[in-house]
Amino acid sequence: MFAEILVSAFLVIAGIFGLVGSFGLLKLNDTMQRLHAPTKATTLGVGGVLIASMLYFLLVKDNLSFHELLITLFLFLTAPVSALFIAQTHILMGLRRTDLPPTGGEHDWSIFDDPPEQDPQETDQPQT
Amino acid sequence: MLKRVFPHPLLSLTLLLVWLMLVNKVTPGNILLGGFLGIVVPILTSPYWPGRPRLKRPFMTVPYVLLVIWDIIVANIQVALIILFKPRSKIHSKWVVVPLDLTSPEAITVLAGTITMTPGTVSALLSSDGTSLLVHCLHTDDPDGVRDEIKTRYEARLKEIFG
Repeated sequence: MFAEILVSAFLVIAGIFGLVGSFGLLKLNDTMQRLHAPTKATTLGVGGVLIASMLYFLLVKDNLSFHELLITLFLFLTAPVSALFIAQTHILMGLRRTDLPPTGGEHDWSIFDDPPEQDPQETDQPQT
Repeated sequence: MLKRVFPHPLLSLTLLLVWLMLVNKVTPGNILLGGFLGIVVPILTSPYWPGRPRLKRPFMTVPYVLLVIWDIIVANIQVALIILFKPRSKIHSKWVVVPLDLTSPEAITVLAGTITMTPGTVSALLSSDGTSLLVHCLHTDDPDGVRDEIKTRYEARLKEIFG
């Protein structure tokens, strides 16, 4: 009984955050703002479902399930990458150089400027 | 000899753990198979990662991961509140430039990923020489404060881990 209440609570929390994330996509003004909604609110949405699933198998079905931990791991690895791709595409297609602040260094942002000839990071890695 | 069998002990251990989680049953057979994969995969893929970074303090990753998970929960609630209760015209989005002290590509990747997952910020661009990071902030009236928080809260810790 207690276990079921706990599982349902996590499912409801997850549902609320998923809903808010989707609502954010509608409400916010531009692409960069909208990017915040799916990268944040949805992590807790999916996370809540996964915790609920783990608790359900642990408390109700009496077996420990690790799949949810793996899904969390993969989600945390992939979400920033896709967000970064969307951001870069948006900057390249929708914004001008003057819309962005200066880098504060000698070189410009990577999509407007070629990397310097002798990149200090490249020399650390021997070419094979 | 040991170096040749385990060119990357941490990767071997990770593969074994991920394999056990995938099959979802811890039996001697699965441990054997996972151990086999943990030995073979690093040896076969070793040509693809020359000059990989060494973690100076691998155990510092545990408090870092816990901190990031906590920040993700806080971030979710903050962003949800902004979405629900702030009128559109009152959301002040800003670009924040974060100068980087980190130099290794892996450390910068982890930092960019962390920024994307945590309170109201998404990392968007890296300068071509890799010395500054462009971050988009959903709502802030104090861009310098956001930059300083990223530097002290995450970058300083990552610097300790990667050395």
